[in-house]
Amino acid sequence: MVACFQTAAPGKALRPAETRLDEQVRAVDISGLRFSWSVSSVPVLDIDSLQVDKGRRVFIEGPSGSGKSTLLALLAGIVKPRYGRITVLGQALDEMHGPARDRFRADHMGIIFQMFNLVPYLTVVENVTLPCRFSHRRRVKAMRSAGSVEAEARRLLTHLNLDHTDLLSRPVTELSVGQQQRVAAARALMGAPEIIIADEPTSSLDAAHRKDFIELLFEECRREDTTLVFVSHDTSLAPMFNRTLRLTQINRADSAAAGKRRPS
Amino acid sequence: MTSIFSLAFKSFRNRKVSVGLTVVSIALSVTLLLGVERIRSEAQTSFTNTISGTDLIVGARTSPLQLLLSSVFGLSDATNNIQWESYEALSKHPGVDWSIPISLGDTHAGYRVLGTNGAYFDHFRYGPKQALQMQAGGWFASEEGAVLGAEVAEQLGHQVGSNIVVAHGSGDVSFVTHDAHPFHVEGILVRTGTPVDRTVFVSLAGIDAIHAEMDPADEQGHDPLNAHAVSGPHHADEPKVITAFYIGLKSRSAALSVQRMVNEYKGEPLSAILPAVALQELWGIVGMVEKALLTVSGFVVLVGLSGMLVAIMTGLNERRREMAILRSVGARPLHVFSLIVGEAGVVTLIGITAGIAMLYGLLIATQPLIASRLGLFLGMTGLSGYEFILMGIVCVAGFVIGIIPGYRIYMYSLADGMTIRV
Repeated sequence: MVACFQTAAPGKALRPAETRLDEQVRAVDISGLRFSWSVSSVPVLDIDSLQVDKGRRVFIEGPSGSGKSTLLALLAGIVKPRYGRITVLGQALDEMHGPARDRFRADHMGIIFQMFNLVPYLTVVENVTLPCRFSHRRRVKAMRSAGSVEAEARRLLTHLNLDHTDLLSRPVTELSVGQQQRVAAARALMGAPEIIIADEPTSSLDAAHRKDFIELLFEECRREDTTLVFVSHDTSLAPMFNRTLRLTQINRADSAAAGKRRPS
Repeated sequence: MTSIFSLAFKSFRNRKVSVGLTVVSIALSVTLLLGVERIRSEAQTSFTNTISGTDLIVGARTSPLQLLLSSVFGLSDATNNIQWESYEALSKHPGVDWSIPISLGDTHAGYRVLGTNGAYFDHFRYGPKQALQMQAGGWFASEEGAVLGAEVAEQLGHQVGSNIVVAHGSGDVSFVTHDAHPFHVEGILVRTGTPVDRTVFVSLAGIDAIHAEMDPADEQGHDPLNAHAVSGPHHADEPKVITAFYIGLKSRSAALSVQRMVNEYKGEPLSAILPAVALQELWGIVGMVEKALLTVSGFVVLVGLSGMLVAIMTGLNERRREMAILRSVGARPLHVFSLIVGEAGVVTLIGITAGIAMLYGLLIATQPLIASRLGLFLGMTGLSGYEFILMGIVCVAGFVIGIIPGYRIYMYSLADGMTIRV
């Protein structure tokens, strides 16, 4: 039982390997990647090569069914590729076992979903500090930044224009969608992970809020030199990013096959 | 560990009502289980201690159970009487510390009348070697004196000084009453929770006196010819026959040899039983009912735990989203699994704790009532070893049941990954 909670053990998170995470190392480096949901089924993702430099803000665009969610699951280390190499921050995810990938994700990645980002029974601050429950590294970083985990959460929330005290004391389910997404952004940024993965975080926001949200996110990413991988089907957002990748162009897997990836 | 448990705790708070109801149902079933077990074990102790400190019971030759039922419980009529001489001879055995002669066969308003002497009050013990106590008056001193068990006095409204009439035979309605020879109530005993409460005690001489007047109507063992046939000096307080007698030995280890001696007694065919052994045997028969009760309450606990399973399972689909969020911040599938199993375990533990608290609350509230109505003294003792084992089983069962939804959410979280399913 105890072994599975090692993420919180002091010293474990700051392994010597991580000191190699210098400027030369790419944030993401994919080569010869092929992924299918089962051995027999057709690959849904087949990427020859994909690199993302550190500190860049990359927009990955693709219609639904183009393998976006699969690519994010691979980047986050939820699933393993069948073939090829996927290196994040110099660490080969394809070589790690499940719990190590979970720990890596806890330590180095912040993830924002399209909607329903918040745990309903936690307060706003508790939702934001959630990654610190699973990552000692991020807890230490947050404490170093603001003195305490809660103070860091409040600092981030203030930066994201969520500093009204009555807002923080309200149940998260009573927040507006825009507010919920900003709380989710604060959580992803908590403890300054190196990579933020955002999966259509703005699709439930209206146009005005969409731009505000992305700008606030950029500002925070710039401060910590965080790499941002932003996935969306909304091409109108692309000009705001350093770089735009079209998944339909880099994914050589048959898109028709990709659509059929989960047989019913 | 603490982080996952504080999450589980906060999740509970969010689902106060459903978790609360589950806890209540488990607590109620645990209270029932422990309550039944308490009463069962107390009933057994009280039953097997109906008579304690008595090493042997001697009566006319019959089966041990028959002798026990007639001499201790007054439930069946003795088949035969034994001669006073036999009693005298055997009670003078060097190994015998004390003896209590008893004479049965008469009733008062349906309650059995037991003829004996002062030795009964001095030596009879019940429960954990408890002596009889008087709640009013004292032990009878005269031939016409009577002492009532607590229930007799209460039910019939007799007090010290009342007159009572004894009927022959053990039926509720007897045509033969010994009207000419009423007894005066001289004392009332404190409740014991044993057949003593339902007994009227009179002197042996008193029993003899009423039968002496009623001899023609008396056919059951009080044979006038027999009385005349007996030779030797006869004191006024000595009857000719008695039904049985209790023996206390100087040394318990002599019980078996004295028993053999009684069984081989030459004067007349006699039986001696070890009451503790006979009571255990009898409990083996009576105790089946209580075992069945305990089994039923075990099933009630199972129903309570199933209720918890249903509650967790129905909430599981809603919580898949929550699990995906936890996975995204670095929770492992095993974390998610232990969150659910831990929830089942904690709910069970709280249920058990609440159940135990309820049991003691109930004990405090009902103890006087149970003691006075059933004669069962349910002590405020801590949990017995057996009760601890029972609670351990319930607790393990709670965790094991939690594995079902836990495994399910584990599979979900492997399949869903971070995909948020709506």
